[in-house]
Amino acid sequence: MGNLLEIKNLSIEYVTDERTNKAVNNLNLKIREGETLGFVGETGAGKTTTALGIMRLVPSPPGRIVSGEIIFEGENLLEKTEKEMREIRGNKISMIFQDPMTSLNPIMTVGEQIEEVIKLHEDLPKDELRKRAEAMLETVGIRKERFDDYPHEFSGGMKQRVVIAMGLACNPKLIIADEPTTALDVTIQAQVLELMKELKVKFNTSMLLITHDLGVVAETCDYVAIMYAGSVLEYGNVERIYNNPLHPYTVGLFNSIPSLDEDKDKLDVIPGTPPDPANLPTGCKFHPRCSKCMEICKQKMPEPIEVEEGHYVSCFLYDKDVKEGR
Amino acid sequence: MERVLIDVRDLKKYFNTKQGTLHAVDGLNFQVLKGETLGLVGESGCGKSTTGRAILRLHEPTSGEVIYDGEDILKYNNKKMKEMRRKMQIVFQDPYSSLNPRLSVFELIADPLYVNKGVVPKNRIEEKVKYTMELVGLEKRLINSYPHELDGGRRQRVGIARALVLNPEFIVLDEPVSALDVSIQSQILNLLDELQEKLSLTYIFVAHDLSVVKHISDRIAVMYLGNIVELTDYKKIFEDPLHPYTQALLSAIPIPKVGIKRERIMLEGDVPSPINPGPGCVFYGRCRNRKDMCKEVKPEFEEKKPGHFVACHIV
Repeated sequence: MGNLLEIKNLSIEYVTDERTNKAVNNLNLKIREGETLGFVGETGAGKTTTALGIMRLVPSPPGRIVSGEIIFEGENLLEKTEKEMREIRGNKISMIFQDPMTSLNPIMTVGEQIEEVIKLHEDLPKDELRKRAEAMLETVGIRKERFDDYPHEFSGGMKQRVVIAMGLACNPKLIIADEPTTALDVTIQAQVLELMKELKVKFNTSMLLITHDLGVVAETCDYVAIMYAGSVLEYGNVERIYNNPLHPYTVGLFNSIPSLDEDKDKLDVIPGTPPDPANLPTGCKFHPRCSKCMEICKQKMPEPIEVEEGHYVSCFLYDKDVKEGR
Repeated sequence: MERVLIDVRDLKKYFNTKQGTLHAVDGLNFQVLKGETLGLVGESGCGKSTTGRAILRLHEPTSGEVIYDGEDILKYNNKKMKEMRRKMQIVFQDPYSSLNPRLSVFELIADPLYVNKGVVPKNRIEEKVKYTMELVGLEKRLINSYPHELDGGRRQRVGIARALVLNPEFIVLDEPVSALDVSIQSQILNLLDELQEKLSLTYIFVAHDLSVVKHISDRIAVMYLGNIVELTDYKKIFEDPLHPYTQALLSAIPIPKVGIKRERIMLEGDVPSPINPGPGCVFYGRCRNRKDMCKEVKPEFEEKKPGHFVACHIV
């Protein structure tokens, strides 16, 4: 399987008069065709900024893509003109946002909103356009009689289905879903995730699923990247990472979630708080909170190391040279 | 040994809307034991927050009784209720919007002491605030900071300190960790646990995240559309869920482990509107075990097994 998307050394900053927030730092990532990559991290880890970077939608100013390459189907998106990007957005790469309550236009019917996406990229006669949009509604499990209803007439889960229909309307190669189920209740979340899994196979799309919920990743993703302070700390096959998490942050993250099948008096805690993106620590970004911090961690940022096939971790604990005292 | 602190009887809270009467809380019967944590779980709009607030009379209940230590507090006048409120506090979900942005940490925590004069003498207020800050793990240097200078975890600690400063017996925790990241969430959960032990507090813990509720609660009540459908020990609810809604809810939680196979009960459709509900079981429309009688007759909330209350005709 070839790489559909490859991000190399991407850095994005938000610059204001007082401060420079380094939201994404030297990020490397790839998504193969047909694959779902889970993108996990806490608030402010740079997940959404990365997604906006791929879409070239980082608000500028204050946002600025400082360096890096985003290779999509062999071409660098960062070298595209705005006009070329408009051809790609919604057509080849589409995005599903977190909050279906705010990402739909309240004064347009849901049908029109789906039609609008198709109309932008394809020249179709009116009745055919409507047919396509109706078919999309049915695909996501909404009766086509509801074509002329407005967003406020739908529940949260149904609205998110409409947003998904819009995202899939042009049969994109890549879908970026930014916390698509976070605003939904668990039983509705289960319905929507099931639908997304089905449609992904049906349309043969790749997906970048941004979430903070490790449970959602386990159920939907093939690969997972753990983000912290704008960089990927650990990347690999979901099974490998869940069965054998290696980076101290990943381990801490798993241990701090209350478990349903175990009883614990006290939860394990990662001490401290995530760093201020305007004032990142030197060396490894996680070292001030790390229980296994060594001298070298304070000075140098570790490179990703392939510990087993397809499982990368950026941590000096797994660096042979460091272990053997160089 | 197991003393009942709060006995809630047939508690109802209705709201009048243009479309009709909204049954937010529709006849709840349950007890809160002294020193326990009772978890209230359910999906958005099921009435769990309204329940917490109705017990504190932040929403005036439509009818019912809330017997606190033997007395029905719904009969209290304003003056008596104000005194009562010292014993009953609340921590809100969103530490970003529940703190006045123009007050410093000191002012925020001292505020309840100024409102309730005489609990702590004026010249001891600073001492009390500092003591409370230490209790919730806030560094002393933050005493003159403003909410916008604090991260979510610290803000929530301020919210907890405000609730604790009057030495309450009972606290409603209304989704206290939902707005926080996992690594911070575990810090706050541990803190709440420690405080309960140290100060012998009784909690009602309202949340939608079942793994969090399970971790912190002694007993769990599952709510659906203004009703408690099941209430039992925190272990039993996971090992032996009896109500079909509880079963579906549990099976829908994504578990952060790979390779586990389990049967998922997919619920069809959405939660129906709580405005003018029908006469039967609230879960009728989505239930996979439904029978004809469920549509007409509302099931009683009964003790089907020792300590295990369920409202379902089929069980």
